[in-house]
Amino acid sequence: MTTHTHELIRLTAAEMAAKLRAGEITSVALTQAHLDRIAAVDGGERGINAFLHVSAEEALRTAAEVDAIRAAGGAEAEALHPLAGVPIAVKDLIVTQGQPTTAGSKMLDGWMSPYDATVVTKLRAAKLPILGKTNLDEFAMGSSTEHSAFGVTRNPWDISRIPGGSGGGSAAAVAAFEAPLALGTDTGGSIRQPGAMTGTVGGKPTYGAVSRYGAIAMASSLDQIGPVARTTEDAALLHELIAGHDPKDSTSLTGEVPALAETVRGAEVQGLRVGVIKQLQGEGYQEGVLARFHEALDALRAAGAEIVEVDCPSFEYALGAYYLIMPSEASSNLAKFDGVRYGTRVLPEVGPLTIERVMGSTRAAGFGDEVKRRIILGTYALSAGYYDAYYGSAQKVRTLIQQDFDAAFTKADVLISPTSPTVAFPLGEKDDDPLAMYLNDVATIPANLAGIPGLSVPGGLSEGLPVGIQFLAPIREDARVYRAGAALEKLLTQDAEPLWAQAPELAETAEAAAHAAGK
Amino acid sequence: MSEISRADVEHLAKLAHISMTEQELEKMAQELAVIVDSMATVSEAVSGEIPATSHPLPLTNVFREDEVGHVFTAEQSLLNAPDAEAGRFKVPAILDEE
Repeated sequence: MTTHTHELIRLTAAEMAAKLRAGEITSVALTQAHLDRIAAVDGGERGINAFLHVSAEEALRTAAEVDAIRAAGGAEAEALHPLAGVPIAVKDLIVTQGQPTTAGSKMLDGWMSPYDATVVTKLRAAKLPILGKTNLDEFAMGSSTEHSAFGVTRNPWDISRIPGGSGGGSAAAVAAFEAPLALGTDTGGSIRQPGAMTGTVGGKPTYGAVSRYGAIAMASSLDQIGPVARTTEDAALLHELIAGHDPKDSTSLTGEVPALAETVRGAEVQGLRVGVIKQLQGEGYQEGVLARFHEALDALRAAGAEIVEVDCPSFEYALGAYYLIMPSEASSNLAKFDGVRYGTRVLPEVGPLTIERVMGSTRAAGFGDEVKRRIILGTYALSAGYYDAYYGSAQKVRTLIQQDFDAAFTKADVLISPTSPTVAFPLGEKDDDPLAMYLNDVATIPANLAGIPGLSVPGGLSEGLPVGIQFLAPIREDARVYRAGAALEKLLTQDAEPLWAQAPELAETAEAAAHAAGK
Repeated sequence: MSEISRADVEHLAKLAHISMTEQELEKMAQELAVIVDSMATVSEAVSGEIPATSHPLPLTNVFREDEVGHVFTAEQSLLNAPDAEAGRFKVPAILDEE
């Protein structure tokens, strides 16, 4: 890898965009630099494995198109989107025409979507070269990306550890400089928690702020697409690009998209009331995580923020409510994978070939353990005799959590907590303990239950691994989490390199080294 | 809260159309028992007067004109079919032999 390539991929997306506009670099060179980086660090036994599919040709074609328009100048060049020519990766839960979409599942191995998700249509219209599709826990069910049917993704900070999940591929790709930007989806923390684990920025927009048309549904009342980036400015730029009303998603919000990048650039916290959630700290949170969290509070206080404590007593029941609502909705959403119209079909080894038996063997072979567990759990929670006690009660808890947030937001403009109770844990550590795995999401889940926006920003290191700080704001107040997040980012990088720049150098894979030597 | 037995899981797996081996049923029953136990606090936390929330935002009655939008051709629709014949999806027998 040349020095030039090395420098290019370490720019922020905003810097890349500025250099493209100024004609200092071409999109083809920029896109090729990222493809080279992917070839160098993603494959092999010790590779990051952030990508399930790389679409070099298509990405370079888009890049060349942008370069040609810029070279020609005139109205068309003027009309280019500010991020035109900046490459991006897309979580493989989001459907793309011309590139496979697997959802990390054998069930969809080889499936080609006949249409683009609305967010992908927006990326294409803005001419961002799409580098490829990123790894995830199967159907986004997990917090470690270990439940992918296509192998684990490794954390660029320590390749023996998890990158978080379900969007571990998108977060790891951005942290490892394989892409400056990526799309994720967040049902219970799948953008924010991987952001925390990899020292990157992850945003969960207000429910409905970004169209979900073309995101393979897990839990429809919780799912949300959002941006993955290395800086709050980059996340804000991507958020603005993908947000907006979409008639194809009936839960999509109408109204103006807030000016988030502008908010980020002028961010300060003088007079901002920051609420510390009493229930999201203390027991179960690692000492090092809490130390970084308290330093963040000190920094915000010193910069003029007013730190207050808020009480959210119903949060105690959030995890339980989430793990009843999410599997219930998932069991219904995943009923469509039956081996009839698309996807895998597996015939039973013995006995008659009836459609019911073919469905049974298809779903037995196509789904992994965690997906089966959640489908069975959801089927149980929705079944006659248990519905009121489980699903019904969980929906009432959801009301209580919304009331807790409403009360908290009368005392504070934004809320703050650690994004995750721990730093990234070793691969395989929680394989046999599904419940321990579920606890990773304890701080991120309440936002999904209430539909509010959240943002995780890097808060420093503990034992050499990144810690994430989460900000939350009321519905439609996404700008507030960007304001607070950007201000903290600025405060923490005043006298130090940004966290993402401190990640250890990755060894290039043997294949890549051999390839480079042969060049 | 009631415990989840192996027989319960067998019934649920049938409802969910997932074939499971004896071993899988046994393991799933144990895992689900632990998970369901930890979810039990949810029903203790709520009383009858609290309204249920099924959706995070108060959206109601989203209407649109009843117009034909983009449609896929039969070829496009069948492109990913596990089995197709004469422009249609081909499926195993719907009714079993009994």
